[in-house]
Amino acid sequence: MKAHDLGELALRNLREAILRNSLTTLGVAVGIASLVAMLSLGVGLQELANKRLSRSGLFDTVLVMPKINLRGMGRPREADLANSRSLDDAAREELARLPNVMEVFPQLRFFSEVRYEGKPYTTMVAGIPDSARGGGSFDGIHGSFFSSPEADEAILQIEFAKELSDKPDSVIGKDLSLRYAERQVLPASTAAASRAPAAAQKGKNQSADSGDSLSGNAGGGFSIIPREKTLRIVGIVDTEPAGGFGGFGSGRLLIPLKVAETLRAAQANDLRDLVRAANNGKPAYASLSVRVSAPSRVEPVETAIKKMGFATFSLLDATNNLRIFFAIFDLLLAIFGSLALAVATLGIVNTLVMAILERRREIGILKALGAGDGDVKRLFFVEAGVMGLFGGIAGVGMGWLIGKAVTIGTNLYLKRQELPPAHVFSVPWWLVLGAIAFAVGVSLAAGYYPASRAARLDPVEALRYE
Amino acid sequence: MTTNGFALRADHVSRHYQMGSALIRAVDDVSLEVRAGEFLALLGSSGSGKSTLLNLMTGLDRPTSGAILAQGRNLHDMSQRELARYRRETVGMVFQSFNLLPRMTLAENVELPLRLAEAPRDARDGRVREALDRVHLGARLTHRPAELSGGEQQRAALARALVNRPSILCADEPTGNLDSATGESIMLLLREIQQTLGMTIVMVTHERPLAERFASRIVTVADGKIIGDAPTQANGGAR
Repeated sequence: MKAHDLGELALRNLREAILRNSLTTLGVAVGIASLVAMLSLGVGLQELANKRLSRSGLFDTVLVMPKINLRGMGRPREADLANSRSLDDAAREELARLPNVMEVFPQLRFFSEVRYEGKPYTTMVAGIPDSARGGGSFDGIHGSFFSSPEADEAILQIEFAKELSDKPDSVIGKDLSLRYAERQVLPASTAAASRAPAAAQKGKNQSADSGDSLSGNAGGGFSIIPREKTLRIVGIVDTEPAGGFGGFGSGRLLIPLKVAETLRAAQANDLRDLVRAANNGKPAYASLSVRVSAPSRVEPVETAIKKMGFATFSLLDATNNLRIFFAIFDLLLAIFGSLALAVATLGIVNTLVMAILERRREIGILKALGAGDGDVKRLFFVEAGVMGLFGGIAGVGMGWLIGKAVTIGTNLYLKRQELPPAHVFSVPWWLVLGAIAFAVGVSLAAGYYPASRAARLDPVEALRYE
Repeated sequence: MTTNGFALRADHVSRHYQMGSALIRAVDDVSLEVRAGEFLALLGSSGSGKSTLLNLMTGLDRPTSGAILAQGRNLHDMSQRELARYRRETVGMVFQSFNLLPRMTLAENVELPLRLAEAPRDARDGRVREALDRVHLGARLTHRPAELSGGEQQRAALARALVNRPSILCADEPTGNLDSATGESIMLLLREIQQTLGMTIVMVTHERPLAERFASRIVTVADGKIIGDAPTQANGGAR
């Protein structure tokens, strides 16, 4: 029998017992809906996590340090000392020239006393590169991002803004003054100071005054001078923005990186490097953040940096672990989702077995008229497949509706908790098509036994059946 | 279509069933030749084995031993697929209880063998109408079996049996569920078809007068064996 004849007969048979077949199809639909809902939740959460993490800059950033610095407070190994390269401005420029490197910037943060409306507050200040503007970290900002990379402006974290005022938004547009410790090179070490490379300013994404942003003026020494700078508050961020390791998050008062570099504020590692007389008398950074064009490019960039003689750190392994976690998570969700489908499968088997009993005589007639075993088998198969197809389509629709409902419910809850909305549900095309194909496949598998049984019926016995 | 002038030949055919410890010899060592174009009646009482013999001839059942030869081939040697094709193309069947599919219209019932034979779709309507016209039901195409009388249902079943233009028509008690007048009209129709189309007809019946009146030859069956085989003086008599 030709395919369209099989299809017509199957549809006719399904229509004849419309209530029972609709209920069976509904069973498949519920099973598929449960599967789609579970997997959509998994996919949605994975996408949400990936989005949040990629915005954080954790997965496209490589932290570069001199090898000896990795030893922290301990004694550097001789081998490391021998192979170590100084993380100076020449290295910064070299790093910026590597393929797939978007920018290279130092992590600048320092303690400061802030005066606002006459009251003092102590907080951590962090420098933010201008590239953070489009990174998503500041999407939920109240007010605006820095008007320019050199603007004397500040963005506050909400908790700090709350400390300054009961009405945090009211501080936007007002000024505050920053009191900090400026590191000034001693006159006795003019030779060392003169070595501070002016050429460093030529590098891509470089600071305006790179010599001052360097952490060590070893070979000489430095003095600490208290300074004050007035900044205008332009924005407040609700969520903690992150920008790579150490991120901006640990700073509660954020200023443009170029401004931070011009402040020449004393850094935490200054004293240690001075005492250790590291970097052979050359000025150097404690660490540099290298932002790569995509997380997938992190590995080659990291390898290239290691070849240059630096220590690196990235969250590449953590990304892989995250993928494994979500793969297992999705698998578990799929198993739970499939339980309903397993019940639906039994429904199909039951419906078709009942149909064989009811249509025993009809099968006999078909065989007497010249239907082969294969024709009868295919007819039942197609009926099962059609139920699976309709159940699959309806199930995807129901799963999508469940997803919508969960998203609405979740966002209502998040709103009450004063958290930004999130898309926890995602129904990609591969899931839609996969779920329908799976429904048809499962239904065909469920139809296999009844179809084989129908095909094996003895026509003489079947014709005798009343 | 035939072998040495025979449409069908049974050669020492037996069909035995095991019912518990008892062996039922439904057909027991029967040899029979059905000539092409012949109207043969298998006459016997209930349980004589005549329907079993007919089922063996149509390939619905397989003999325990012996051979059924049709078109020069032993049905026993045919695969399931070949047997299905034999039933589709060579044999048409009519049953006592009509066996029309109640959910389908007459046209759809008659179209069913064409679907199974994968006949071209554009030719189907014409062949369905032709077959129903032949049994005088051309005006009832869209009616369902339940809307028809017993005689009309049997005529529709006859149209369905003829639509694939088989060379042999096997009828199992075709008048068994009909009153005598309707039964007679069906027998007249069968004879007309046999004469106009030159078909071979094998009819199972337990009504001797009907067989004597319409069949050209009567084979009498009892206890699974042939106990008589004689031509009749019917109008459509032996050729």
